[in-house]
Amino acid sequence: MEKEKNSNQKSRRNFVEQGLKFGLLTAASGALLAKVFGRSENPESAETVELMSTDGTLMQVPASAVSHTHESKSAYNPREGFPNRKFVMVVDLAKCRNAKKCQSSCNKNHYITGENAWIKIYKMQDSEKSAPYWQPTLCQHCDEPACVKVCPVDATFKRRDGIVLIDNNRCIGCRFCMAACPYSVRVFNWSDPWQGEAVEQAEYSPDYAGVPSQKGTVDKCDFCPHMIDKGELPHCVSACPNDVFSFGDMYEDTVTNGSGQSFKLSKLLKDRAGYRLMESLGTEPSVYYLPPSDRIVDFEEGLKNYTEFQSVDKPQEP
Amino acid sequence: MNTAYEKIINDLAPKKFSWRGKIWVAFLVAVVLVGLYSYVQQIRYGLVITGMRDYALWGIYISNFVFFVAVSLVGSLITAILRLSDVHWSTPLTRIAEIIAVAAIIMAGIAIILDMGRPDRVINLFLHGRLQSPIIWDVVVISTYLVLSVLFLYYPLLPDFTILSKYFDNNTRLNKWYRVLSLNWTGNEKQTKIYSRSIKVLSVLIIPVAFAIHTVTAWLFETTYRPGWDSTNFGPYFVAGAFVAGSSAVIVVMYILRKMYKLENYITDHHFDLMGKILVMLSLLYLYFNINEYLMPIYKSTEEEATHLRSLFTGEYAWLFWVVIIGGLVIPVIIMVFRGGRKPFPLFIVSLTVMVCAWWKRYLIVIPTLSHPFLPIQGVPESWHHYKPTWMEWSITFATLAMAMLIITFLVRFLPIVPIQETAEERGLIEGHQTQHS
Ligand code: SF4
Ligand code: SF4
Repeated sequence: MEKEKNSNQKSRRNFVEQGLKFGLLTAASGALLAKVFGRSENPESAETVELMSTDGTLMQVPASAVSHTHESKSAYNPREGFPNRKFVMVVDLAKCRNAKKCQSSCNKNHYITGENAWIKIYKMQDSEKSAPYWQPTLCQHCDEPACVKVCPVDATFKRRDGIVLIDNNRCIGCRFCMAACPYSVRVFNWSDPWQGEAVEQAEYSPDYAGVPSQKGTVDKCDFCPHMIDKGELPHCVSACPNDVFSFGDMYEDTVTNGSGQSFKLSKLLKDRAGYRLMESLGTEPSVYYLPPSDRIVDFEEGLKNYTEFQSVDKPQEP
Repeated sequence: MNTAYEKIINDLAPKKFSWRGKIWVAFLVAVVLVGLYSYVQQIRYGLVITGMRDYALWGIYISNFVFFVAVSLVGSLITAILRLSDVHWSTPLTRIAEIIAVAAIIMAGIAIILDMGRPDRVINLFLHGRLQSPIIWDVVVISTYLVLSVLFLYYPLLPDFTILSKYFDNNTRLNKWYRVLSLNWTGNEKQTKIYSRSIKVLSVLIIPVAFAIHTVTAWLFETTYRPGWDSTNFGPYFVAGAFVAGSSAVIVVMYILRKMYKLENYITDHHFDLMGKILVMLSLLYLYFNINEYLMPIYKSTEEEATHLRSLFTGEYAWLFWVVIIGGLVIPVIIMVFRGGRKPFPLFIVSLTVMVCAWWKRYLIVIPTLSHPFLPIQGVPESWHHYKPTWMEWSITFATLAMAMLIITFLVRFLPIVPIQETAEERGLIEGHQTQHS
């Protein structure tokens, strides 16, 4: 697994370097990247597209030199994932003021009707004398996922692009994965989710979790492959008014936040001393956190939004 | 044939239920029916009818499952281990132990299905089973153990079936059934040879499988990172606890059967005395594992372990914890050390206590750990912070216990509780070479 990842990464890097040498960049994922930046131009009509090279410089490339490998769901297998990608997220704790827009957007777009949201913003304080901070927590899409290891029926699976998904048509509801996940991110449909007819009738695919949810099976954050597929950012990333989240591709070494700013991942993690949750467990998460130091936000401000016993807005019972 | 031999057959042949037996069966059936009602609700509305939620994601269904697996281990202990070590005093208890083992392992299989959110997809375990998952290991070893236990109950019954078919020659139905079941056992040389060899092979085979079922069940917990489960001690700790639970179950059942069927001649005070001694030894062993399990983590007191252990020692679960440890292990050992404590009635009471505490001990292993995850519990309803089983959950759990007792009751109704042939042999009433299989 590890080896494969490395060699993949290396061959990809070689490929890009060579491309640059010839002054031509034809990486299909590059085109997608441009879209992820939120400046997606139609390659047919525009003259050039803006791409970022591996060392972080932006460049203009003729649109005709860019081809697309996949446009729609039919082009990829939801169990396998997008080829040659490795998704990663960065959560900047210094910016989080518990606005909870990520949570409400996720709840809305995944039609979460249970009591437990998939993203939770924890009120954290590591030790008595250190400062409290807000920590948005979602599935860490671990590279050594404890949940996948224990699933008896391969209902929870790891894709090549790093995303961990659940096949709700296969899950037997044993909840072993929930016991195994150290980040408590998995939720169970204890009763019928009652998501309304439109959602319940929708065609199910594991890469759009919650559409529809199923009684007696497990749900969790899916890293929004259905958005990536459209060239857009996951719901939480674009919903955050404070640019806490950035999302991107490890192979491209780039992450983009909700306002469309891009960063070089390796530099960002180095400059800001990024870390992952419970590194010692060996789960190898795909989500990095930037420590809540030099904060421009006031922790207290978030308290007014803090609801200890609620994370999903419930419509009034009829 | 002599009169002593006939008396044995007379004493030991299965008997119709007395009025007390009938009330007992009716009671058990009623409990099962209530549980069935609750289960139908569970299928209809989902696991929301239980007290489990996202944090307390396993509850009494799972602890009950662990209890059943534990109890089923005793079959291998009494029948296989004692048989292989050439111990003969346990002969009258072998069938009781084996019946308990079969009933418990069947119910263990059912209990785990009751916990599933999608029981309609059980088949996926076979269609998509992944060998990496401890659940698949459990499926494999439990079904193996079930088969072996049934065979282990059945094989030694062959001579008895022949005897019974003769005994019931005026009852055509029973006569026919016993004849069919006896597989034409006549006790000739060729048959006895295969017979004794098969039993020996089974005795050897069943021991590792028995250890495996409970070790794998321990691994279900141990393979996670959770404080309280993340322990290398778990396998042997579970196996030791299982022997305690199983032996106490045997003592309870043998006391009741002896009383109901007037078997004082066969299950003697001496048997209780010896079983009492075994239980003392096993309880001490289990205590030793408990000390390992709790003392070292509390000595180190890492943040997570300490939170967990504090809830057991002085917190939310302290009351239950100390009753189980002191009342269910320490005091019973003290009582049973004295000869008087191993007399049938006191031993029965002690064993019953040990058995009930053993059930709660599984509760203490499964539930408290789940309420102390690594990240804080926030953003869920207040009630999700604590696990409280609902009455429906209890009724389903009681139904499984009643089912197990029902299986035992029916097996006892149609099988000789004490092996006839072996007893007669050991008393020198018939030729002994026939079923020498020790
Ligand atoms: S965070 Fe939990 S659910 Fe997500 S991949 Fe890791 S172990 Fe699995
Ligand atoms: S609850 Fe579903 S996804 Fe989780 S381990 Fe069981 S079968 Fe797999």
